[in-house]
Order: sequence, then C-alpha cells, then structure tokens
Amino acid sequence: MQDLDELKQKIDKAVADIKSSKSLHELKMRFLGKSGEISALMKELKNIPPEDRPKTGKLINAMREWAEKRFDSYEKELKDKELSLKYEQEKIDVTLPGVRSEKGSYHPDTLIIDELVNIFAGMGFEIFEGPEIENDYYNFTALNTPKDHPARDMQDTFYLSNDLLLRTQTSAGQIRVMENKKPPIKILSPGKVYRSDDDATHSPMFSQMEGLVVDKGITLCDLKGMLDEFARKIFGEGVKTRLRPSYFPFTEPSVEVDVSCFECGGSGCRLCKGTGWIEVLGAGMVNRHVLEGCGVAPDEYTGFAFGMGIERIAMLKYGINNMKLLFDGDVKFLKQFRG
Amino acid sequence: MLAPLSWLKDYVDIDVSAEELQQKLFSCGFEVEELINIGKDISGVVVGEVISCEKIEGTHLSLCKVDCGDKGIFQICCGADNVKTGIKAPCALEGATVYATAKDHVTVEGVMKIKKGKLRGIDSEGMLCAGVEIGVNGDMFDGGDYNGLLILPAGWQNGADVKPLLGLNDYIFDIAVTANRPDCQSILGIAREVAAVLGKPLKQPDYSYTAEKCTSRTVTVTILAPELCPRYIAHYVKDIKIAPSPMWIRRRLALCGLRSINNVVDITNFILLELGQPMHAFDLDTIEGSKIVVRRAKDGEEIVTLDDKTFKLTSDNLVICDGSKPAALAGIMGGLNTEIKDSTKEVLFESAKFARDNIRKSSRALGQKSDSSALFEKGINEYTTECAMKRALHLIQQLGCGTVTDVECDMVTPYSNTQVRKMTVSAEKINALLGITVPAETMADILRRLSFGVKINGDELELEVPRWRDDIDLYPDIAEEIIRMYGYEHINGTFLPTATITNGGYNDSQRAVNKLKSVLAAEGMMETSSYSFYSPKDVDMLLYPEDAPERNYIKILNPISEDLSVMRTTLAPSVINVMVRNMKKGNYDGRVYELAKVYLAKELPIKDFPEERRMLCIGMWGPYTFFNLKGSTEAIAESLNTKLTYEHAEKSFLHPGITAKILCGGKEIGYLGLVNPPVSESLAAERAMFVAEIDYELLCEQAKPFKYAPLPKFAEVQRDLALIAAKDVTCSQIEDEIRSACKYVSDVKLFDIYEGNQIASGKKSMAYTVTFTPKDEALTGEKIDSFIKKILSNLQYKLNVVLR
Repeated sequence: MQDLDELKQKIDKAVADIKSSKSLHELKMRFLGKSGEISALMKELKNIPPEDRPKTGKLINAMREWAEKRFDSYEKELKDKELSLKYEQEKIDVTLPGVRSEKGSYHPDTLIIDELVNIFAGMGFEIFEGPEIENDYYNFTALNTPKDHPARDMQDTFYLSNDLLLRTQTSAGQIRVMENKKPPIKILSPGKVYRSDDDATHSPMFSQMEGLVVDKGITLCDLKGMLDEFARKIFGEGVKTRLRPSYFPFTEPSVEVDVSCFECGGSGCRLCKGTGWIEVLGAGMVNRHVLEGCGVAPDEYTGFAFGMGIERIAMLKYGINNMKLLFDGDVKFLKQFRG
Repeated sequence: MLAPLSWLKDYVDIDVSAEELQQKLFSCGFEVEELINIGKDISGVVVGEVISCEKIEGTHLSLCKVDCGDKGIFQICCGADNVKTGIKAPCALEGATVYATAKDHVTVEGVMKIKKGKLRGIDSEGMLCAGVEIGVNGDMFDGGDYNGLLILPAGWQNGADVKPLLGLNDYIFDIAVTANRPDCQSILGIAREVAAVLGKPLKQPDYSYTAEKCTSRTVTVTILAPELCPRYIAHYVKDIKIAPSPMWIRRRLALCGLRSINNVVDITNFILLELGQPMHAFDLDTIEGSKIVVRRAKDGEEIVTLDDKTFKLTSDNLVICDGSKPAALAGIMGGLNTEIKDSTKEVLFESAKFARDNIRKSSRALGQKSDSSALFEKGINEYTTECAMKRALHLIQQLGCGTVTDVECDMVTPYSNTQVRKMTVSAEKINALLGITVPAETMADILRRLSFGVKINGDELELEVPRWRDDIDLYPDIAEEIIRMYGYEHINGTFLPTATITNGGYNDSQRAVNKLKSVLAAEGMMETSSYSFYSPKDVDMLLYPEDAPERNYIKILNPISEDLSVMRTTLAPSVINVMVRNMKKGNYDGRVYELAKVYLAKELPIKDFPEERRMLCIGMWGPYTFFNLKGSTEAIAESLNTKLTYEHAEKSFLHPGITAKILCGGKEIGYLGLVNPPVSESLAAERAMFVAEIDYELLCEQAKPFKYAPLPKFAEVQRDLALIAAKDVTCSQIEDEIRSACKYVSDVKLFDIYEGNQIASGKKSMAYTVTFTPKDEALTGEKIDSFIKKILSNLQYKLNVVLR
C-alpha cells in the first residue's frame, strides 16, 4: 500500500511543524478522528478484494497504533513544555507584602479589665458597674470617711455640687451592691475614677477595679489566697504576693499588696527599683462600720475588698512608660494592642 | 515625716543598722520613702592640729604642718584667713572625699577626691576644710557657716575621724505616715513604733519643771467656740532672755529642715517635731489684758500673720484673740502683732487642740499653710497637748531662757477627751478575722509593747488604749496592731473554704459591650479613651447653636484647668481632637472609636444624679469616604441583628451635603458625616475627617436575638437591572420601590453607579442586583419576567426611573 507510507510521512511532517498542544489536537483529529484520513482508509477496505482485506486491515490498524503513539508522545512533550513555560511566567515574588484587611485594636484598659474579669469570674465574681458621678455619701461617708476625716485629703476630689462629685474610687460601688444584695457577695467593679492630679505619673481620670467578698468566715488568709491566684494568672507562674500594713478608712486591717518582680524574679532590677517587689494594689478586711451601714450584720459576716489601678497593671504588664499615652489616642500606640 | 536616727536614739536604744531599722519600720506599716545618709559624700577627713603655720610670701597662702595623730604629720598649703598655729580643723588626707565649692567657697559643685599636689609650686599633702566642704553648716556645728576653716574643739583627738564627732554619720528617715496615725507625725511617735518593733523600752522625754509662784500676773482664757477648740492650755513664762538656741537644738531643727529663729520660737518648733504638737508663743506684753479669747472671727475681721500677709476672715475661721484683737489664726499662724521679738520679756505659751476639719477648711479657704496647720489637720490628741506644755516649760528651764511661773490656764471643754478608753476584745475573734492562730499571750505581749494596758481573762483581752491612739476603735483595729507586729508573713493563702459557691462572669449588657468592641476591631477600628471632661471651647469648636443640648454641660466646681472643666455631653469633640492630634504627628490614616459615657443633667446647676448615657463615637480620617463610615455602622447594626436607615440631615459641624441622621426602629439614634471643611481648616486638619456618634443605649434597645431562618427550598434567582434615574432620586427610594413591588424580592444590592457623558445630564445610571427567593414553588423564567415588568412599571410610575 503505497498510500500508507505516504500517509506516514505526511503525519511525521505535519507533527514536526506543530508548536502548540491545541493545534496538535486538531491535527490528531484530522488523521485519527471519525472522519479522519485513517478512518477513511478503513472505509476504503470494501473496495479491496476480499482475500487482501485482512492483511490490509492489519496494516491500517498498525498504522493507526503508530499514529496514536506518535501523537500522544508528542502531545505530552508539548504539554510539559507549555506547563513549564506557564510556571515560569506565573512565578511571583513571594516577598511582596501580604494583602490583608487591617484589624482594629482594643484599649489597653479594655484588655486588662477583660483579663481580670476572666480570672475572677472563674472564682465566682459578678461584675457590677456603678455610676461615675457619685454623692458624698457613697464615695466617702458610707466608706467610713466622714467629713472631717483626714483620709479625705488622700484624694483630691472633683466636686460638681455641694454633694455630687466625680467618684474618686470604685469602692463607692461596694456600698451600692451591699445595700441591694444579701451575702454571699462576690463582685468585681471596674470603672473610671477621677482625682485632681495631673503630672507624669498621675492622670485626672484613670480606671480602677474593685473586688469585694462578703460571706461567713472570710479571713485575711482568704484575701491572700485570692491575690496569690490573681498575681500568678496575670503576671505569671511563680509570682508571689506580699502583704504589708497600710490604711484605708473602709478596711481594717488594711494592706498594701506587692507582687514579686516578674521581670527579675525578685533579685532587683529597674522595674522594681531594686527592691524585688512591685506595689500593685490596696486591700483589706471590710470595716465593720461599712458593713453595718449597709445593713450587713458584722458579727455574722466578714469580708475583704481590694482595689487596683487598671492603668498601673497595664503599664507593668505591657511595659508602657508614660501614663499619658493611654489617653492620647495616638494610632501608633493604639495599634500595638490588637489583643 | 523626717526622723533623724540620732534623735530617735534619745528615746530608744537602737542596736540595729539604719537599713535594718528601715526594713523593720516597713514591715510594721511605716514605709521609709528615703533613707538619707547625711555624711555619705564625706570620707577620710580627720581632726588635724596646725602645729606650724608660715605665710608664703607674695600669696594669700600659709604653709602648715598639720598633726593628724596616728595618721602622721602632713605639709598642707592653706588659703583660709583663720588658719594659725594651735587650731584644730578638719583635715582631708589623700584619697579623702569632700564637697567641691565654687570660687565663692559657698556653692557646692559636687564631690571631689583629695590628691597630693602643688600649690604655687609648694607640695601640699591634703586640705584643711571649711564647714561647707564637709557638709556642715552653722546650725549643725558652731562655725560651720564661716568662710574659712571650721575650727574644731581643742579637746578632740588628733587623727580621729571627724564624721561621728560632727554628727555626719547620721541618717534621716523620710517616713510615709498613713492618715490613721497622726500620733506618728513626730519623732517621739516614730520612736514608740521603733521601741515596739525592736522590743525595747521607750525612754520618755523629760517633762519635769519647777514653777515659781507668781502673783503679779493673772491670765484668763475664754473659749467661745469649744466645738472648734476642745482644749486650750496657756502658761506664763517671765524674765525671758531671747537669744540664739544652743547647738543641739539648732542642729535638730536643721536636720528636719527647720530654720532656727531664737530660743523661745525654737522651743515651740522643737516640740512640734519632737511631740507633734504645734505650739505658739505670744509676747504677753502685746496681749491686751492678759486675756485669751478663742472665738470664731467676725465676718470681715482682718489679721496680719507672721509672714506679713493680711487675711480677711469669716465666721468659719477660728481666731485666738486678746482683750480686743485677733492675735493668731488658730492653729495656722500667729499674728504679726504678738510675735516674739528680741525685746520680748514675757511669754505666754499656747498648747491647744483645734478641730482638724476646721483647720483644714480655713487653711484651704485662706490659702495659708504652715507646719502647724499640717499637723492640726491630721489630728492632735490631748495627751500630747498636755505633754507639750510640760516639755516646753522643761526646755525653758534647761536652756535657762526664762522663769517658769505657776500661772497656767488649762481650759477643758465639753468637747475635750481626756479619758483613758477601755475595751475588751476576744482573741478568738481576732484570729477568726486573721485566719491564723496567734496565742492570746503573744497578742498581749505585742499590745504591751505598743503601750496598751493589757489584762488577759481567758479568751478575752481587757485593754486600756494609749491616749494618743485615737485610731483604735473596734477589735479589727487590734487585729491589725497584732498582725503588723506579729508579721504578715504568717498569713498563708487559703481559698475561701467557708464561702458559698457563686456564679460569676459578665452579665448580658457587659457581654454586649464586649461583642461590640470585637465587631469594631474586626472593622479595623482602634479603641481610644479620652478624659470625661473637656473645655467649653471644645464645644464651641463644633459650632453648636446656643440652645443645643450639648451646651448643657455639668461644670466641675474645682477643675484642674479650664481645659478640663466641663463634663462631656457628646464624644464628638474628643474624637475629633484625637484625629487632629494624630494628623499633627503625621498619622494621616486612622479609624478610631470611643465607647464612653456622657453626663446629662436634668437641671443646671445639678441637684440630683445626672443621667450617665453610653455613646459610641467613631472617627475616620485619611483615605476614607462617607460610605466607609456608613459601612461600619451597618456592620454594628448587623451584629445586633437590627437594621439602620439613613436620612439626609444637617449638623452644625458637618458638611451640609454629606451628613445623615441614623435611624433605628423609627427612632433617631445618631448621626454621621464629614466634618465641615471650614471646621477642619480651623483645626488645621490636613485630611478629611468623618465622624459618627450613636446613642449606644438606644441602639441596644433595638437589638434582636438571632434566630435561624429556614433555608429556601428552591433555588434563588438573581437579575441585574440597569436603571436611569434623575439625580435627586435616592438609592433607598429605588430600593424600597423594588422591594414593595414584589414580595419575592429578598435582597436589592446596588453594584454600580454612573454619571457622565454616556447618559443625559441631570440623570444617573444605577445598576442593581435583585434577588428573588421562591416560597412554595420554584419561580419560572416567565414568573420572574412578570415581576420585573411590575417592578419597572412601578419605578417608572412612581419615581420616573426607567431601564437603561
């Protein structure tokens, strides 16, 4: 069959000219498709004498097999080439910046309050938020600080009228809780407080978190135990607390609470000013006069209270060196607190 | 409170180092804020005797041989004018440290180390010192102020270290005394604590004196305001010889920062420091009729105080008067007219107790303060008042500066308290409060060390409270006394073994706040916190009309400054200030918010608790548009499962064309818009600022709980509509119309808006995707077509909006 050899040459030549897998496919159809040239040869068989048909048929089939192989191997070669070209073209600079939607941030006070609430919520503390504008009774008198009491000098108070003032301490909330709730009481009271103080380490507005427990048989040891837990969770495993005598009109005994320096482990560094201890909060056993004034029987119940400055904790924990930054709103500062 | 170690040693045998004592005081409640070692810069200075002294020709110098005992004999060049053979002076040897002074030989300019050297070519092996060079002034040692050598007593041994001899090895404790312990605002008060904490006996100051009978004078004291002056003791001393005080008194005053005046005034100041009782000495010659009247001032009455200031008084001020005029502003300062002068011959001493609140108020109101008023404000006990007078009379005799008479007038009023209080406490109750077991015997021992009278009666301790301990009230006070001496290290943590289990955590409204903050963080907002007060100018800045509620702010009566003087009625000024401050620092892109209270008075000036209302204020500046801000407000609403609508509105400080009010559930809950360019300009803001303020409480009222909505059974169908509308037709009008035309429309979303060449002027092209959600059966193409037809005809009919 002259035709077959010619066809073979034709295919070889045509394939060699092909440059893309797509045109190769078209070419393949031209020869191997239903109405392709090889199929056409098959149809020619009926015009051949019957005795020649098996032999010719075999030849055509062999031809078809050869052609298929020829096409397939060339197709694979082409595709591989095309793919690697594509890869080359699509290669990116992976060091280009990532595309992201900018997340906002939380005020450091919010982060600290949330952390504290989570610690104390686990111990059964509810959250109570009292008003920021208080009267003399709730802020002072009910907290065992009558008008002529020198402790009033400890805090410079902003007055709005003879009686109304900006609360100087979240302790004011203690009274509102005890007036409305019978023991057992375990509350946490975060919020803004105000004092007429404005310098590098004082701000006329800051936040406090007050804790109050009133129940039967509450002791100073319980206060210590709870503060140990707080210190460990907020400043890290191994941080210890130390109580030392202090004075607040609404607690007796009153203590100042230091934590062992979490920066140096107590050996003395700049953060703890070489003492190994950092003052973090004030606390004490709730004064009997305060309990009585709120209608809680002081012979039946005892309790403790503690109060801490949120900004102080935030500054210690995050290493913020200037309190003013917290109230300035500089986005370069704020965006560091993505929490 | 300053307490020199050398002074404390008068009353307690202190056998621990200053540092150890500091630690002990700290543990019992007296924090030493600073331990000052007064001679810390001076070393290597010994007693030197000048054994020969020759003028060096042509100079002001003398060449001396100085005998420093066992240290040797040294050749020293000295320029002092009082150097001569035979004197003794401090001699700084090689390696010694002393103060370097300026050319004036007065101003200290640091510490220097002595080296051997040459002066005018002559070897000098050290330096003979003036007082100033070793930190000694005339109040610390006679001759200390002389601008020349400090001459030392001939009896001092050559070669001995001068520091202990001159008192330069002393320490001063600067102690923080808590407000409940006014009795410790004195050297003796601190000494009592030192004695207790060291377990040593307390040596009392000498209160003894002998009085000479005197009949030539009588003194009367009348207290017309006993509520302000519960106790007044006056004592007459004659034959006064005003002179400088002896060294030991001057030195102690100096160590505590007081200036010596003369012997009589110094005695009162000495007692103020030693006992904590402010005293006063009147020149009795100037006290008309030898009469003391303690009364409230008459309104408008005037007094000139010792420091030559004139005060106009009111009946709130207490004055000490003589027969006719005010002679002192009680407890605060004496009058100029009755002050002790060099010529004073007769003195009337006053030791009194004044009501602490009244002194504080007067001192504040008049703006006049003194060491005396500071002590009276903290509170004085009458025991000290009594002791002080005795001590003053003792010192008069010890100093030989007058004759103590027996003329005394001690007025005890009904407000006086001279009783020894007794109380009984239960050791068991104390232990129950502390949570540990301190044996009753140990408690008794501690309390005795603290000068309590103690009798043990089984579990009970019968106590006599020291008269100076006004702070002791109930058994917890005793518990504190015990634990602060027993040691807080004995308190071991327990974990509420007796407490009832309670359920803790945030309540719903607190959780809602937290959620809002996380939504805002996801929206890219940074949380800020500004002061709750600002300046009236901040309100003016936003051009609120005269009658705007924002101007009904509550004023702080005693603000720090005008800038922080009124309570916020809106957060917008704060947030705008935050934006402006940021731009000034070069932060040209930001999104911030504040969630905080505003304070709304029911009436002004306020009489009742105002409303504290939480507001949310958002600020965006830099590459943002109105719609970025609007989108964030929509995200907030979505998180509360509610919907906001927006209507064009105007606001004094916002762009009249780019401002909307925000409505929710039919109520106006806030606004958003672009800060009006003229306002921005006046603030020098370099970028456009958008601000939104939402009443958080109103918003929360509209929050709805989330419920699952069943998924549609049949596939939703979406069609896009490109419409042509007149420019003044709003997007929400078209949206509403599409929705109302067909009940199957579940969503209408604008995806393109175009104005320009390709459409007629005055018109805009708006392209929407409309989503149809089938209800009971699938929606066929024909059905959808019929809806579209209805929508389009409605749009055309009602809004004249047509298909593009």
